[in-house]
Amino acid sequence: MIISDDIEFELLLEAIWRKYGYDFRNYARSSLRRRMEAFLVKTSLASFSHLQYRMLRDPVFFERSLDEITVQTTEMFRDASFFAALRNEVLPILKTYPSLNIWHAGCSTGDEVYSLAIMLMEAGLYERSTIYATDINPMVLQTALEAVYPLIKIKEMTKAYQQAGGVLPFSNYYTCRDDKARLNSEIKRNIVFSTHNLATDEAFIDAQLVICRNVLIYFDRDLQDRAVSLMTRSLSHRGFLCLGSKESTGFLKAKVHLDVFNKDAKIYRKL
Amino acid sequence: MAENDKDPKQRIIVIGASTGGFEALNLILGGLKDALSATLIICQHIDKSARLNYRMIFRELSGFHLHEVEDKQRIMPGNIYFAPPGYHLYVESDGYFGLSLDALVNWSRPSIDVLFESAARAYDRNVVGLLLTGANSDGVQGIREIKRLGGVTIAQDPLTALAPMMPKMAIETGCVDHIAKIQDVAALLVKLINREQISCIGAL
Repeated sequence: MIISDDIEFELLLEAIWRKYGYDFRNYARSSLRRRMEAFLVKTSLASFSHLQYRMLRDPVFFERSLDEITVQTTEMFRDASFFAALRNEVLPILKTYPSLNIWHAGCSTGDEVYSLAIMLMEAGLYERSTIYATDINPMVLQTALEAVYPLIKIKEMTKAYQQAGGVLPFSNYYTCRDDKARLNSEIKRNIVFSTHNLATDEAFIDAQLVICRNVLIYFDRDLQDRAVSLMTRSLSHRGFLCLGSKESTGFLKAKVHLDVFNKDAKIYRKL
Repeated sequence: MAENDKDPKQRIIVIGASTGGFEALNLILGGLKDALSATLIICQHIDKSARLNYRMIFRELSGFHLHEVEDKQRIMPGNIYFAPPGYHLYVESDGYFGLSLDALVNWSRPSIDVLFESAARAYDRNVVGLLLTGANSDGVQGIREIKRLGGVTIAQDPLTALAPMMPKMAIETGCVDHIAKIQDVAALLVKLINREQISCIGAL
């Protein structure tokens, strides 16, 4: 017998899709469900059916709940070994191009986009680069655009920057005011923030580098296939695709269009 | 996500451990040796920046396939899987693993509750949940959920635990079927798995 909760959950996803066009039906089920259940507790709603009723009738409530349904975890220079591989193996190849389009998919509040911008600046590549940074959630993009951090976070960022092989004083990149630090505007100069939904939207640029790390883990295999083939279509000939350290194309049909460039760093290259 | 992807007879053993966990796991896994056809899925609390070589840590286990789980990896019998540092590990009902970077649960990621609860929902009666040494309450809610959905639950005897709090709190819920001294855990697991195999043959 199918448990009522399961039916209600399916119906909730269907309702969100029909009403707002956000398609969570092919998200990895267990983690999505856990986030939704935590949201039920937080809002004191009795069931997924109650949540569905509320979401269908209250668009403002739905907008706010996107923060709970999607995941915002991002860090500067997360996985030092990935950034080292990017710096030492990928950027020297990209240096041979006159101009660079980079798509950072699922950028959340932007920490990793800014890490990338800093790395490009230090490699002398930023002047000729445009980074398209996208996320499903418009509210996190607003936070990303502001690029203001509490000082305690700057301390973590400095450490991560150094671990990833950064040699300049990290204080070159921000200005302090009160107990906050603001990233310098030169870092933001060539970044375009925009909403994009990997579940429903299409390719929009021809990029030499696509970075999409720790986003696919929230998708089931069908949706992972859609997203990876969409990103592969967005790559120019021999362009690079970078995934999260526990993600791989190994289980996907889309892998036939890619070869492995650096196995441990999860960097792939379009065939 | 076809339901028939999942082998209905596959039984999984989920293990949660925190402070003192590696020593306890070494004893248990060493005691299982090659007597194990079931699947072991282990959530050991660990710092997110840790880079572990499980082959070095568990030298005794030359005969086993040890994995640090990758997203969407298929769950295969006779293998031992570890939650990767910094990620929550989920068992999906179609027989695959899932990972996430969702908020910490019980100040932990990976969280034992996340693993246990997802395992209980996906494999219900076919889950054995084992909670080992630890100085917090992660896994206690998960033990409840495994019991509620028909699985078998075991807690390490707190007197034999480096940090007794975690198994002690699990026992206090009244949802623990077996309390075992650390040196007896391996034998108990073998017995539970063999009994399951016998009852399967009986059902034929």
